[in-house]
Amino acid sequence: MKILMSWLREAVDGLPPAKAVAEALIRAGFEVESVESVGHDLAGVVVGEVVSIEVVETKKKNVRWVDVAVSQTGTRGVICGAFNFEVGDRVAVALPGAVLPGGFTITSRKTYGKISDGMICSLHELGIGDDHDGILVLPPDTPLGVDVAELLDLADDVLDIAVTPDRGYGLSVRGIAREVATAFGLTFHDPAAVVAGGTDAGGHDRSGAGAGAGERSGVPATVGYPVVVADPDACTRYVARVVRGVSPGAQTPLRLARRLTLSGMRPVSVPVDITNVIMLGLGQPLHAFDRAKLSGPIVVRRAREGERLVTLDGVKRELDPEDLVIADDSGAVALAGVMGGASTEISADTTEILIEAAHFDPIAVARTARRHQLSSEASRRFERGVDPALAPVAAQTAVRLLTELAGATAEAGVTDIDHRRPAPTILFPVGETARLGGRPYPSDVVRRRLVEVGCLVTEAPGPDRLDGLDGLDGGHTELLEVTPPSWRGDLTRPADLVEEVIRLEGYDTIAVTLPRLPAGRGLTQGQRLRRAVDAALASQGYIEVLTVPFVSDDTPARLGLDEDDPRAAVVRIANPIAEDAANLRTTLLPGLFAAAVRNIGRGQPNLALFETGLVFRSVAAATPPTPAVDHRPGDDEIAALNAALPDQPRLVAVVLTGLREPAGWWGPGQPVSWQDAVAAAHTVAGATGLDVAVAADTVMPWHPGRCARLTVADPAAVGPVAVGPSAGRIIGYAGELHPRVIAAYGLPARTCAMELDLDALVEIASRRPPVTAPVVSTYPPADRDIALVVAAEVTVARVTEALRSGAGDLLETLTLFDVYEGSQIGGGKRSLAFGLRLRAGDRTLTADEANTARDAAVAEAARVTGATLRS
Amino acid sequence: MSPSPPSADSNHADRGPTDRGPTDRDSTGPDQLDPDRLARMCAQASEAIAAAGDLDELAAVRTSHVDGRSAPLALARRVLGALAQADRAAAGRRHNDAAASVRALYETRLAELTAERDAWVLVEERVDVTVPVNRAPLGARHPITKLSDYLVDVFVAMGYEVAEGPEVEHDWFNFEALNLGPDHPARSSHDTLYVDPMGSGLLLRTHTSPVQIRALLSRPLPVYVVCPGRTYRNDAVDATHSPVFGQLEGLAVDEGITMADLRGTLDVFAQALFGSGLSTRLRPHYFPFTEPSAELDVACFACRGEAARQPCRVCSDEGWIEIGGCGMVDPNVLVACGVDPSRYSGFAFGMGLERAAMIRHNVHEIRDFVDGDIRFGRLFGTVS
Repeated sequence: MKILMSWLREAVDGLPPAKAVAEALIRAGFEVESVESVGHDLAGVVVGEVVSIEVVETKKKNVRWVDVAVSQTGTRGVICGAFNFEVGDRVAVALPGAVLPGGFTITSRKTYGKISDGMICSLHELGIGDDHDGILVLPPDTPLGVDVAELLDLADDVLDIAVTPDRGYGLSVRGIAREVATAFGLTFHDPAAVVAGGTDAGGHDRSGAGAGAGERSGVPATVGYPVVVADPDACTRYVARVVRGVSPGAQTPLRLARRLTLSGMRPVSVPVDITNVIMLGLGQPLHAFDRAKLSGPIVVRRAREGERLVTLDGVKRELDPEDLVIADDSGAVALAGVMGGASTEISADTTEILIEAAHFDPIAVARTARRHQLSSEASRRFERGVDPALAPVAAQTAVRLLTELAGATAEAGVTDIDHRRPAPTILFPVGETARLGGRPYPSDVVRRRLVEVGCLVTEAPGPDRLDGLDGLDGGHTELLEVTPPSWRGDLTRPADLVEEVIRLEGYDTIAVTLPRLPAGRGLTQGQRLRRAVDAALASQGYIEVLTVPFVSDDTPARLGLDEDDPRAAVVRIANPIAEDAANLRTTLLPGLFAAAVRNIGRGQPNLALFETGLVFRSVAAATPPTPAVDHRPGDDEIAALNAALPDQPRLVAVVLTGLREPAGWWGPGQPVSWQDAVAAAHTVAGATGLDVAVAADTVMPWHPGRCARLTVADPAAVGPVAVGPSAGRIIGYAGELHPRVIAAYGLPARTCAMELDLDALVEIASRRPPVTAPVVSTYPPADRDIALVVAAEVTVARVTEALRSGAGDLLETLTLFDVYEGSQIGGGKRSLAFGLRLRAGDRTLTADEANTARDAAVAEAARVTGATLRS
Repeated sequence: MSPSPPSADSNHADRGPTDRGPTDRDSTGPDQLDPDRLARMCAQASEAIAAAGDLDELAAVRTSHVDGRSAPLALARRVLGALAQADRAAAGRRHNDAAASVRALYETRLAELTAERDAWVLVEERVDVTVPVNRAPLGARHPITKLSDYLVDVFVAMGYEVAEGPEVEHDWFNFEALNLGPDHPARSSHDTLYVDPMGSGLLLRTHTSPVQIRALLSRPLPVYVVCPGRTYRNDAVDATHSPVFGQLEGLAVDEGITMADLRGTLDVFAQALFGSGLSTRLRPHYFPFTEPSAELDVACFACRGEAARQPCRVCSDEGWIEIGGCGMVDPNVLVACGVDPSRYSGFAFGMGLERAAMIRHNVHEIRDFVDGDIRFGRLFGTVS
């Protein structure tokens, strides 16, 4: 909301400079985003009269050689490119030496073969409008030679204020003026109170209700234009006034036009400009109907099924039965509080106007505006709450201005259909301010601040001390009955009043203390383990990225996922930022692929990236009813809401490209391989204190021959624990990516990746009992090496498992130190060489004992895997 | 000083016999402790010590002549017991003197050779220690994760716990329970991304406040939690916008919580973020879920609020940096969570992590946080 200081000063005498006003507003909760100085830098521009015009033809476009008189004696020649003025018009002439906004100095210069001795200015050049096209033509009675800056009162300051949605009254000069008056302790002249006397058309006696201005429209409630309000809940007030004899040629006075322009609105025509000026000044949106185009009485009702309306912006709209409309015999003629209709729009020929000043339900307006994606200055105000007492005042002001500026005649009748509800009162324990504010707020301060806001404050009837409402003000709580003013629909509860008092007293007067917390339990085990995983990967050279989790429709196909794969059950965004990124990720890998491709494109081919984060997998769930908010929902209601959410496990993933060990003076470096991806899984699991078991699998998007399935055993499982790769829970996969996936994402060949279910891992790890320490034997070990020949398809994991089981308790460590495939052992076979370190806790092993354990290990490997000792 | 290298010692090859010890090695008679015999042993030891050309050779001499079990002096000492009582003291003294003199010669030579080695050998073994050696450089954690952990730790140290929740949320948690009914005008400012179909009631959470609701519903009072996490808005990625960003929110609900407690807590928070000695300011504002509400400004750490006198790029000459919103929990929110607002009060605050990280680390483009460029990420290291 742009607010002109000159306009504010009309309502508040003695205001300090704009900067101080801005600071006071910020302190009161009105965010002043900028203070713009306008017109201060304009000098040397005077009023001149066009004496003669001569067209100068040039190659590109024609210009005019204009003779202007800026005084009674003599003229000067000026070249001008605009054609919107004629001989006899009065215009703004910048004389040589004049300074225009932006510090642009005018000089006498030669152009188009003439000496141009100055410049004829447009609104834009004067810094008061956007209109570059035409020269500003002043009224014919403007005196010659007068300084234009002074004439138009051009020096001003514009405050741009971001008004919060609770303070609808702040979307007007009236509302802001009241705030600054309070801030500086100055007197506020309510512009809505200018019309005094008469009776309130609605018949409510609200005198003394603290509502202040606007109750009396000053015009007797005679019968006006027929209006039927069919939905009095949605339209609590409807005032209609009619004027006739509007002069089609009327011009909006420059002063008014300038106000509109500086406030961010374009001057259009006298009637439209008047409604806009009143809306900006008072906060009451008005609508002007061409009376001649209305047929029959106005009806305020909900739209009918299938009803249509072409709005002022030329859009043909299908109305919803919930839309509140203004209708006549022809059907809907306006979307109430949002936008008028084209069929009754005023035009240059309009001579009879019906002014509508109404109060519409904020929710009805908000829904219609949202439904039609049509936010207007009017809807913005109605959604945030308009003072329902304003309607007759605003209508009367419009009638007065139409009379003054467009020669109109007011019809005597005033329609005022008033369904306002009586103002609510709030029972307000004074101590509430101290209870929330944390320092004493004396009763007189509380009362004074509430009165400044516009409230009517009285002692609550009955006992002034209530048990259980003790505040910090000494244990006794005074109870007030507070009636908020008509423009403060946001004040409904004690907490709202507390904010007003604390805000006006200043947040800087609040004390600084700390709450006394009970001892906390710190991070959960899961939170600690997740940090450990991040730190472990980072220490292994992985760089963490946080990618945008939106993916395209073809992602499951690019990853080669089957339709029934849980990673193909995408959650779709209804209003995506981009159509090619309308789904939520079901796996972290596509985001990592994109980050990898981006890095490679920027010349960084050697990558080890990791990400942890949620992925989203759709579950079929019924839409649960939305619980109420006036009490805690039942546990079953909460459970139903949670059941409707997609699965959102937290995963951890890595992607590896290029070299794992960099090239350097030591050599060419080490390319990434499937092993690095599996090692990353060990790193992650190890950081949580778990061992991960590896088995071969064929799962997309991994290379079917280079995909490791990763499982962990539940360390808390009771009884004989199954060991080995077949036991435990699958937590993810690692290895080299499938060549088709590599091609689909434009990744380098042999790109590797790992992805684990971090939630599952952490959940299992959190149940891990404390480590049972081994007996650290001080006896010497016996080392035995063996080489086993097995069929090529027998995995190391299986052989290892068999060796461990066969060797028994004496086995301390088992190390694979060589793998050989080749002619010495024949095709389809592998030789696996293991070192067994054997040790007893209570004695030095004899050679026989060590050999027996070794032989038992070999025998078990032979039994399970068909291994033979290599001779 | 130009000693020849040990390997060039010409004596090395033919020192063998001498080295192997005294000629009367087999003699075991008591005359071994004769002064003459002892003198000869000393002389032989002295010769061998002097002949040792490097520390390895000296170590061998030590075994053969100084400390070794079969060194002549050691063998000679064995016969001490066989001497007549009357001679034993004098012979013992003689032996001790001889052994001490040999040891002294040895120590001296050891010092000489050690110095020689230090002066020459270690110089020759010099390498260029500045060549790059790290074949496994460290990775890094993301600046947003790190900042989040760091701030979380500040609150955990005060006794707060960390609450988390889903990122696809139900409207009830993200809006309704937070006093943002379906027609609330503040909803439009949230630029919400909704889950298809529109009527599902599901959305991508626009703030971490739904976690506060979940904390109040699931935890016994009093509740003191911080809620870090990812949030979403309908904004395309560019220099100043990201559809995904991190937030950190805090919630305290207890008996007797006041705005003064909020101010004190925010001061701790601001100090953690930008260092001590910077003043904070609360500006009245509006949030549907708090009443009263405020925005939190911290004096600009770069110009320390002196922007009025000198131009400041960090705060755009405002003197203040806006870092978050806060307020007293709205009674409607407490009621929706089953908390009695006449008995309990609470404060809540929230901030955007990207904005704080941009200020803290002088990041110019918010897209750097989601692009994943390793030149950006690597700098932030592994620790919080």
